[in-house]
Amino acid sequence: MIVFDGVEKRFGDNVVLSDLGFTVAPGEHVTLIGPSGSGKTTILRLLMCLESVTDGTIQVAGKYLSHMERGGKLVPADEKHSREVRKRIGMVFQQFNLFPNMTVRGNLIEAPTRVLGLSKDEANARAKELLDLVGLGGKIDEHPSRLSGGQQQRVAIARALAMQPDVLLLDEVTSALDPELVAGVLALLRDIGESTDITILCVTHEMGFARDFSHRVMMFDGGKVIEDAPPEKLFSEPDNPRTQEFLKAVLAH
Amino acid sequence: MENLGAWLSILNQGLSNTLIATIGGIALTIVLSFVAGLALLSPYRWVRVISRIYVEGLRGTSEVVQLFWIFFALPVLVGFEFIPIWGGVAVLGLNHGAYGAEIVRGAVQSVPRAQYEGALALSLSPAQRMRRVILPQAVAEMIPPFNNLFIQLLKSTSILSFVFIHEITRQAKEVLVPNFNPWVIQIYLLLLVYYLIMSLAITAVMRMLERMAAVRLGRRMTRGAARALAGTH
Amino acid sequence: MAVWDWNYAFSILPALVQGLGLTLVATVLGSIIAMLLGLVFAVLQRGPRLIAIIVRGFVEFVRSTPLLVQIFFLYFGLPALGIVLPALVVGVIALGVHYACYTSEVYRAGIEAIPRGQWEAARALSLAPSRIWTGVVLPQAVPRVIPALGNYVISMFKEVPLLIGIGILDVVGRAEEAGDTYFRYVEPYTMAGLFFLLLSYPASLLMRRLERRVGAI
Repeated sequence: MIVFDGVEKRFGDNVVLSDLGFTVAPGEHVTLIGPSGSGKTTILRLLMCLESVTDGTIQVAGKYLSHMERGGKLVPADEKHSREVRKRIGMVFQQFNLFPNMTVRGNLIEAPTRVLGLSKDEANARAKELLDLVGLGGKIDEHPSRLSGGQQQRVAIARALAMQPDVLLLDEVTSALDPELVAGVLALLRDIGESTDITILCVTHEMGFARDFSHRVMMFDGGKVIEDAPPEKLFSEPDNPRTQEFLKAVLAH
Repeated sequence: MENLGAWLSILNQGLSNTLIATIGGIALTIVLSFVAGLALLSPYRWVRVISRIYVEGLRGTSEVVQLFWIFFALPVLVGFEFIPIWGGVAVLGLNHGAYGAEIVRGAVQSVPRAQYEGALALSLSPAQRMRRVILPQAVAEMIPPFNNLFIQLLKSTSILSFVFIHEITRQAKEVLVPNFNPWVIQIYLLLLVYYLIMSLAITAVMRMLERMAAVRLGRRMTRGAARALAGTH
Repeated sequence: MAVWDWNYAFSILPALVQGLGLTLVATVLGSIIAMLLGLVFAVLQRGPRLIAIIVRGFVEFVRSTPLLVQIFFLYFGLPALGIVLPALVVGVIALGVHYACYTSEVYRAGIEAIPRGQWEAARALSLAPSRIWTGVVLPQAVPRVIPALGNYVISMFKEVPLLIGIGILDVVGRAEEAGDTYFRYVEPYTMAGLFFLLLSYPASLLMRRLERRVGAI
């Protein structure tokens, strides 16, 4: 589903990712963990085309995301091409980023109608269905500002799912929430993971969730994958000493 | 472009009036801004009211009207004659002083209350408080808005062409254009460039003042001090 | 001779009101141009680098030079290029373009204040750039800057008299006319001044009240 090949990302002199290569199979749930600045969020941002690669290629569902084929060669992709490939990817952000000038309904139907070309009725039906799924059916005509953080994040998840993505990116989606709201959102994500076969890439500090939810955990440090294993292995008997250090510090509280 | 020399010399004949009006206007503006601005903060109600009337009255009417009023209505009312350029300076100063008063008031009010209380605790008199503690900090805040205000004033000197003062706009319009008719566009462009250069000069001076104010407040080190501290840490 | 002659004042009132009407027309038309063109300038300054630099240079140039000279430049310069327009049209264009350079700064501040997350979420949903502007960014940015825009409308209103330099008979032009005809200047100019005050002072109070409600930039 996702293929990173020789990817390098540099900001000026600062090399955030270097020679990064990994694949993610369709339907896999992969969690990225590691200290801040290790490059995990950058990977999500590259997939979302919020940044572009300095070197290397990224493929999604067999198509090049960062480049396009022109006359048999690979050239950097233009905006239109990226947008096309990117339609299959959805993202949920740490700060929710709901549009305050629209109601919940507006937020949910905006992209399906304008980008996927659904009719208003179809989009509305889908919106209702998804809101019921996340447990907020009654709030469809509310404004985001009147919802709690947890509710807003659930709407944000529904908004991403409304595009029926093949890939879902979760960027520290519970880090900005009050502790008592975190569990609700994590439960929702677990449901989604079980009931759909969306490929999910998740950056999180919630190790318990990572352990239950993922098929694979990748530990990042200094822009490289230093360990890549199923959660049972990585959390109980990590090979890499750096991983051991990190887990000890994080799981201590 | 052989005409350029002639144009420059003719425009420069008006330059002295433009400069006098600008500098005189700025001086009067600064005085009135502080007087009226501090008056707006006075504990005495009637002082605040009078200042407020001045500020709203001058800000609420058009500068052109003020100009005509001072030049054509005032002499009738009060019967005195004045040299035109000083009348111009008066209009510019009075008008922009009203805007400046708000700048001063805003800047003084933005000094954290803790400063005022600290000065009180040290038993400084109100005048000392203002002079030694509040104003120095407020002045640093005032410089960018005053920069904009002074550039506004410079641009307003062009209005003096309406009352026959020989400043550069008048020189361009009444002398250059009639004599060099086919070059209308170039002449006005040159005139615009004159104002642009003067605007840049004002900004340069204000930036320098801003740096000086920041140094005095300890927000920035002078180069000498920075060099001296460079090796340490 | 008395300082103030009420009969005279009333006799010139109709002409002054007529002039005021023209002042207001010029203000409204100029403001429409300034509001729309300013938005264009603000959006362009976030576009491709070369265009952004050219627009920025133009905006700074116009803001640093007198409106009166710009009016003369257009009114006397356009005919040299073969474009002959009525004085009012030229005046309104000059006012509109000049103030567009100020409103563009206001719009820019409003746009800068929109959190980056909004842009990112919109891109994540694959919304087209034009839709990101019209559906997400501008609906959030513009309402917040309305008080600042309103203040520029008021400023423009007070600068309309500059158009007497190209023969427009706005309220000050009519006042000048009355004064030159009857050789009495106190009444016309005082009344003109009062007209400005009566309209601009309440308007600026309204803007200040709006600013408090909107929590302005």
